[in-house]
Amino acid sequence: MSTTTLASAKPETAPQEPLALRLAALDLPVGGFTRAARADALTRLQAMGLPKGRDEYWRYTNPAAFNQPQPNALPVDESVLDSPLFTSIDRLRLVFVDGRFDAAASDELKGEGLEIASLATADAQADHWAAGVYGKLETAGQTPVARPFAALNTLAATDGVLIRVTGKVSRPVHLVYRRSDPLADVHLHHVLKLEAGSELTLLETGMVGARSNAVIEADLAKGAQLHHIAAKRAGYQKVGISQIFARVDAEALFKSFNLQVNGTLMRNESVLEIVGDDAVAHIAAAVLGDGRVGPFHQDDTVFITHAAERCESRQVYKKVLKSGARGVFQGKILVKPGAQKTDGYQISQALLLDDDSEFLAKPELEIYADDVKCSHGSTTGALDETALFYLRSRGVPKERATVLLVLSFLAAALEEVDDLRLRDEISERLDEWLTSRASELDPSGNGASAKA
Amino acid sequence: MADLGTDALEVRDGVDRETVETVQNMGSYKYGWETEIEMEYAPKGINEDIVRLISEKNEEPEWMTEWRLKAFRRWQDMTLPTWAMLDIPAIDYQDQYYYARPKSMSVKPKSLDEVDPKLLATYEKLGIPLKEQMILAGVEGAGDTPAEARKVAVDAVFDSVSVGTTFKDELAKAGVIFCSISEAVREHPELVKKYLGTVVPASDNFFSALNAAVFSDGSFVYIPPGVRCPMELSTYFRINAENTGQFERTLIIADKGSYVSYLEGCTAPKRDVAQLHAAVVEIVILEDAEVKYSTVQNWFPGDEDGKGGIYNFVTKRADCREARAKIMWTQVETGSAITWKYPSCLLRGEESQGEFYSIAITNNHQQADTGTKMIHLGKNTRSRIVSKGISAGHAQNTYRGQVSMHPKATNSRNYTQCDSLLIGDKCGAHTVPYIEVKNNSSRVEHEATTSKVDDDQLFYCRARGMDEEEAVALVVNGFCREVLQALPMEFAMEAQSLVAISLEGSVG
Repeated sequence: MSTTTLASAKPETAPQEPLALRLAALDLPVGGFTRAARADALTRLQAMGLPKGRDEYWRYTNPAAFNQPQPNALPVDESVLDSPLFTSIDRLRLVFVDGRFDAAASDELKGEGLEIASLATADAQADHWAAGVYGKLETAGQTPVARPFAALNTLAATDGVLIRVTGKVSRPVHLVYRRSDPLADVHLHHVLKLEAGSELTLLETGMVGARSNAVIEADLAKGAQLHHIAAKRAGYQKVGISQIFARVDAEALFKSFNLQVNGTLMRNESVLEIVGDDAVAHIAAAVLGDGRVGPFHQDDTVFITHAAERCESRQVYKKVLKSGARGVFQGKILVKPGAQKTDGYQISQALLLDDDSEFLAKPELEIYADDVKCSHGSTTGALDETALFYLRSRGVPKERATVLLVLSFLAAALEEVDDLRLRDEISERLDEWLTSRASELDPSGNGASAKA
Repeated sequence: MADLGTDALEVRDGVDRETVETVQNMGSYKYGWETEIEMEYAPKGINEDIVRLISEKNEEPEWMTEWRLKAFRRWQDMTLPTWAMLDIPAIDYQDQYYYARPKSMSVKPKSLDEVDPKLLATYEKLGIPLKEQMILAGVEGAGDTPAEARKVAVDAVFDSVSVGTTFKDELAKAGVIFCSISEAVREHPELVKKYLGTVVPASDNFFSALNAAVFSDGSFVYIPPGVRCPMELSTYFRINAENTGQFERTLIIADKGSYVSYLEGCTAPKRDVAQLHAAVVEIVILEDAEVKYSTVQNWFPGDEDGKGGIYNFVTKRADCREARAKIMWTQVETGSAITWKYPSCLLRGEESQGEFYSIAITNNHQQADTGTKMIHLGKNTRSRIVSKGISAGHAQNTYRGQVSMHPKATNSRNYTQCDSLLIGDKCGAHTVPYIEVKNNSSRVEHEATTSKVDDDQLFYCRARGMDEEEAVALVVNGFCREVLQALPMEFAMEAQSLVAISLEGSVG
């Protein structure tokens, strides 16, 4: 892993020591059609440097684990292969092992209304339709807040999927992540280009790498619809950052839902820019963290820009935390001048199942247009003892009642999954998962419900 | 709505000429006149000699001078904070006066009778009576106020010095100390030494360090144990001199089981050049004591084009140091070109309570970044935040707040409501809350909304014969109702009319 690669990619030594070390540990691809974008990303990354713990944007999350040159080893659990999620529906499966596309394990890359290729394959060419998107939306998403790891991803991505959608794709595209190397430091970069009026459902499951940095760039033309559902397996020691950059044109619909269970350090940045009138963008997450099985720190950072009229955005974030787990939410709605009739809504809620857990939130509104309706709400608290009592008084056992209340707390986030088959599957899986741990969920630990 | 400010006088259908003229004649800022009076200044600029000079003018003991110098040295290493959503023009700290007092004050008047009549007239014109038989203006207009007028003691600060304090003797009978802080340093050094800088340390931030170095006057209040202060206390700050910064410092100590309601008002003349105001307010509240602190901030906001005005950088903090201490901050922020102000509550005592009610109105080119901090450290602590931001013209208005529930602050509660109202499409309204919850028996709720003045409500008012300005003022007053109700009556009257005046010209 070569200082030679670095030296060739980077003629001048960067002043930022940590960044130089970070880059030196990577095998930086030169790139074909992405070459210009990668060179540009390097220049930008050197200008911004790696984040520091005192950066306002990293106020609640320590970036050290992302900054260190090598990931910590994460043993590969042989018993865990593919996620059992979404197995009941017909879908186009693409398998990535340690962040490399595995053609043999995947379905044939074709489908009606779809143009699909792996980044590694396509990047052998000097010219590709994805050149118009790759690194472009990421660059646009760097203002007003720098996102160094996204620039690093554009520079260092070794693989990913490039999907161009021209029609209404009935079969969801399912990205399945697997691991084989306990030290894989993965940079995945996906590009989605949805032409006018097209529709796509993108599913993601599995575990990307020991440490992962993933970027999705999604360009939605007029009237296009994207449904994105991620249920990435985190494992207890997982360190990962994932970033979505979406550009949403007129009358388009963008929907993203993320289910996140466990993980040492997880940061999800979502940067949505609504540029055409009458568009809709919804983003939601259901998060469950248990600090007892290992440190848990999960951070959702959202930046939604309204730059057009009569658009709607919705952020729904629900976190269930226990045993020293820490949940973070930083969400911002920016309404630019002239973005009249904007309807912006944001809710972030945490259910703290015990006294050790923390929820840190910074829900922001920045508004420069007067005829808008924007609101945000944030609540934090324990399980509702009255509701628990109500259920128990009707004969529901305490453990079941707790599971039901946690599920109902998460319900509003799950409702952002439009496809009922998918929603029910996630819901059932959550129910199973919670039920198997119901005894641990009990806030008082001994069945007493006396906590005020 | 049409463009604001200069375009606002264009006559639209349905707005009769009379309305437009009324708006024109209201002449936006009522307190923009200047008192012609002979002043003496410390030399321009800031350095250790100036700090010593201010200390000397206040006849301070050595420890106080040292305290200031330490703060000044600290300040020199600090930089202007940039996190606020404010566009702060470069300030040349060497190009202003840090001390200005009327010449007639060089020999301290023994009583108010000896004070220069010009100064007394200034306060009278501002509606602030410095004669004890008079009551605070605004009450007469209240209609059905009780016949027996309520007394308000006033400490009047003119540029860098306190001109006088009323009702001192009557307050002394109750054991209450109410005087200027410079007097307190001389007369009650043990109290000042014990509490000064314990809530807002000199090194707290850039402006608190600057203030600690050069503060010239301000008010000092001590309420002894078990005493309910027999009248409301009030300080009125007036900036008059040009190119002069005002740096006042207020220290309030509410001893066990006491109660006081404190009011603060301020105005300044209309000038083209911006002026600096950096105040520090420290409040110490002991067991079972309660302090109500109300502010109507009406510094000159600058003209329609954003020229001039006061840069208001204020650090206010209350320390509920013991059990069941209670603080209530109420502020009506209508003035200043730039407002940077976050009255905060340290809830250390068990079952202590903090409340923050705020109306911030920005018009023309005003900028405000204001809010509060509720730091819950003790068990069973409670806090409530109600913030109403109104933005018009080309103004930017930000609510910035922090609610922090520490691990040991179990069974605590916070409720936060911030609403923003936008009038016109050239202004901005922003909300930047930080919510940090580190235990699960506490409950934190935060809600924020942003909207425009409701067309249906306006139409309803107009249909009943109100002109557009009146209708907007009524709707906005309704929007602010929760906060206005938290103000003492004298202030509520003033605040209500200020809301209307601050927004004039914003409806076109």
